[in-house]
Amino acid sequence: MKTIRLSIIGFGAVGQGVARTILSKKEILHKQGIDLRVIGISDSKGSEINVDGIDLKSALARKKQKGTIAKGNEGALDIIRDVEHEIVVEATPTNIKDGEPGLSNMLGAFDSGKHVITSNKGPLALYFSQLKESAEDNGVIFRYEATVGGAVPIFNLIHESLAGNRVMGIEGILNGTTNYILTRMAEERLTYELALKEAQELGIAETDPTYDVEGIDSACKLVILANSVFGQAATYRDVEVTGITKITPEALELASKNNYVVKLICEAGNGTLTVAPRLVPKKHPLAVGGTLNVASILTDLAGRITISGKGAGSIETASSILSDILYIVRNS
Amino acid sequence: MIVSMTLELKDIPGQLVLALAPISELHGNIMSVVHQHEEKTPRGTIPVQIRFEIDQGVLDELIKRLENSGVGVARVGEERLRSSVSVILIGHIIHSDIGDTIDKIDSTGFAEVVDLSLSMPAIERTSSAYLVINAVGERELKKSLEILREVAAKKELLMIEPIRLNSEVV
Repeated sequence: MKTIRLSIIGFGAVGQGVARTILSKKEILHKQGIDLRVIGISDSKGSEINVDGIDLKSALARKKQKGTIAKGNEGALDIIRDVEHEIVVEATPTNIKDGEPGLSNMLGAFDSGKHVITSNKGPLALYFSQLKESAEDNGVIFRYEATVGGAVPIFNLIHESLAGNRVMGIEGILNGTTNYILTRMAEERLTYELALKEAQELGIAETDPTYDVEGIDSACKLVILANSVFGQAATYRDVEVTGITKITPEALELASKNNYVVKLICEAGNGTLTVAPRLVPKKHPLAVGGTLNVASILTDLAGRITISGKGAGSIETASSILSDILYIVRNS
Repeated sequence: MIVSMTLELKDIPGQLVLALAPISELHGNIMSVVHQHEEKTPRGTIPVQIRFEIDQGVLDELIKRLENSGVGVARVGEERLRSSVSVILIGHIIHSDIGDTIDKIDSTGFAEVVDLSLSMPAIERTSSAYLVINAVGERELKKSLEILREVAAKKELLMIEPIRLNSEVV
């Protein structure tokens, strides 16, 4: 049995999803000779540490009941630096102003020789090359499948399955909230304001929807993709961004009459990064509806490859994180 | 440019080759040939419709060569606008002078707005328009999109372009 110890830093929807997934997959992983042991969990109010492995069931119950995991006062960096373990799962909320606290957590993990898996876009959209360098300098693995496309394995597809291909361009829908709003506007002839309200009531859009509807979230994901795939050193400020707030139901109707849908499309290729509403032919593989995400990758050998799936959700995101955990288990 | 021509051939062997040879000699690219042997003209000649791509500068020379070899040129038609793109504009389209917006494209000489659908839901709400632009070639189409982008930015219109379907050539 190979025992891998990990910490979960940030215990919101994603962190709890990871805990739930580790619990539900425990037996299957044991059969494969893998024992995943969570030795520390922290949220904004405090933490729980147990070097023998935290009881995840009671940790999840306590979080639900009290709103925090806190049993002790140790912070995230105390766990990352001072508790012996192999993998840090960094799942704190995205902050695109300075990337904190995720940035310090990740750098702290690298410095203390720990692998990092993250769902946190902020630090990667701002300091991708620094983070990658720090991981390399410390001889540890840095994985971030969950940052782009939720459950959709975009990085795995490009770096592993399409290894050897030259990627010429990427187009995709990387934000489920805007896709939902545009889909509903087109289906029901709703105004933007009404469709947004509906999305907020369903919990698909945040109370402050700016990140999503102005295209900032899409831009961050595009930057991470471009940096990872093309080796660029772009930040989200390098992306030309247009949001969806000005789109009218009439425009969607005119598009539909002419066999198009309007989608917020991310484009990388030819050195430029763009997020903008685009006309997509109804039968094109990028024309996916609802909250779905999709990415179409143009390569020199394989041609065009398109994958689509759920771009958000606690368990869906945890799927990507678990896959990263198992990559490290097998490759370290 | 793409040209479609109706030629009239004498009803004797070897005439079709005679008609097609000058096009190849002038580096034209023949796209289709329709030879209607059973439909003779009142003059007893056989009409042939051909479609080909050729440099505009050698078209007169081609017609001269055809006529010199005894091939009648009954009709010459140019298919100018062969590249097409759809865009959507959102904003104060009428008040920012839609006529002027269209004119900016039409006045290029290489592109035209060939379709326009407009939707104006209410006076205080923004209107939406669907436009189709045709141009003589892909390069000219790109140029006309650049012009429209500039106009849209100046008039504070949101312009929605198609995805780059041909990103194969990015």
